[in-house]
Amino acid sequence: MSRTVKNVFATAAGITAVGAIIGVVAGLLQHYGNPANMAICVACFGRDIAGSIGLHRAAVVQYLRPEILGFVLGAFGAALAFKEFKPSGGSAPITRFMLGMIAMIGALVFLGCPWRVFLRLAGGDGNALFGLAGLVAGVWLGTLFFKRGFNLGRSQAQSTSTGLIFPLVIVGLLALRLIYQPVAGEAQSGVLWYSLSGPGSFYAPLTFSLAAGLGIGFLAQRSRFCTMGAIRDLLLFRQWYLMYGVLALLVFAFLTNLVLGQFNPGFVGQPVAHTSWFWNFAGMLVAGLAFALAGGCPGRQLFLSGEGNTDAGLFALGLLVGAAVAHNFGLASSPAGIGPHGVAAVVIGLAVLLFIGFSNCKRT
Amino acid sequence: MAQTIVDARGLSCPQPVLLASEEMDKAGSGELAVLVDNDASRENVGRAAVAKGWKVTADVAEADGNFRLVLQK
Repeated sequence: MSRTVKNVFATAAGITAVGAIIGVVAGLLQHYGNPANMAICVACFGRDIAGSIGLHRAAVVQYLRPEILGFVLGAFGAALAFKEFKPSGGSAPITRFMLGMIAMIGALVFLGCPWRVFLRLAGGDGNALFGLAGLVAGVWLGTLFFKRGFNLGRSQAQSTSTGLIFPLVIVGLLALRLIYQPVAGEAQSGVLWYSLSGPGSFYAPLTFSLAAGLGIGFLAQRSRFCTMGAIRDLLLFRQWYLMYGVLALLVFAFLTNLVLGQFNPGFVGQPVAHTSWFWNFAGMLVAGLAFALAGGCPGRQLFLSGEGNTDAGLFALGLLVGAAVAHNFGLASSPAGIGPHGVAAVVIGLAVLLFIGFSNCKRT
Repeated sequence: MAQTIVDARGLSCPQPVLLASEEMDKAGSGELAVLVDNDASRENVGRAAVAKGWKVTADVAEADGNFRLVLQK
């Protein structure tokens, strides 16, 4: 038995610094080419990756985002370096996959993950206020389930090889991105799809995107940065720790946007956003509840998957499939408004979440 | 008196903190041990205990890769 080492990142100052760094890097990624007010959105970039490997054919959102790959690999590196790579899994795997799918579908009705809620606010997009309200409402619903004993069951230790599968898939995707570079004016390069217009056609240089992803992955793994968790812990325990990181992200992304001339307050004509307040709210409510039931926002799920958590890895794969379904079935919104089947997506998504919630409460 | 043990191994956020908090509230004071299987839960339980006015008197990594925290008030 040995006494464990103190983790300097898991302090109020540590997570505040990490949130601030993410905020500044997000502003810079936008400055160097990433889509406006999106910068480093996990839902949007997961959707772009789904498009880049042909899981959906929405031509405007196809790009194999190196930031997301960096998140997993940076967290993987941090977990190895600090002896926190601990393969685990087996806690309701298919339920977690489904939670990932529904989370992504809800997020794409709003047009963004919780990270983007704050990044959109930091860019002046007032519509994100309704997304934030929905996110808080969804997470609050989740806390009601926790109080009723909601629990997806225990995970078990898994073999090293099982824990390596997801990080290896990410290495494979990175290899594809390096082998099949974008070709000017071509919608395809080898097996990958590349948007020629729309959000997918906006991206920072590969080296910057990848380095940013790796750095954030490393820091977030150490600090346990989680946007959903910040709201949940405040509602459930009056615990501010994770919220310091989120507030720092918001403030520093805002300041970076101000300095770089990227702050444009208003509701109409905001980048990759629609003005339907109710569906901004409802989409994020569904996503927020799904993240709460799964135990982490999409970023956190990626960092956990880098630590060998295969349940989080399945959630992340669910995000990809959810993105594909959202675009193939017309569930995802666009700047023009919600998709033709967006309403059905929210209603059915919420029904499935309530089923998962009620059926996994261990006491009444 | 036998020490109360909260077994939160294999549980994802926020279960370990919920279980430990519940036990702390129930006991009011005394000593209890919390078992967790990852560092994030270890930190979270420790933070919750301190917020409730409890002390973390031991925080040890065990040979099987789990952690045992001992909380006292």
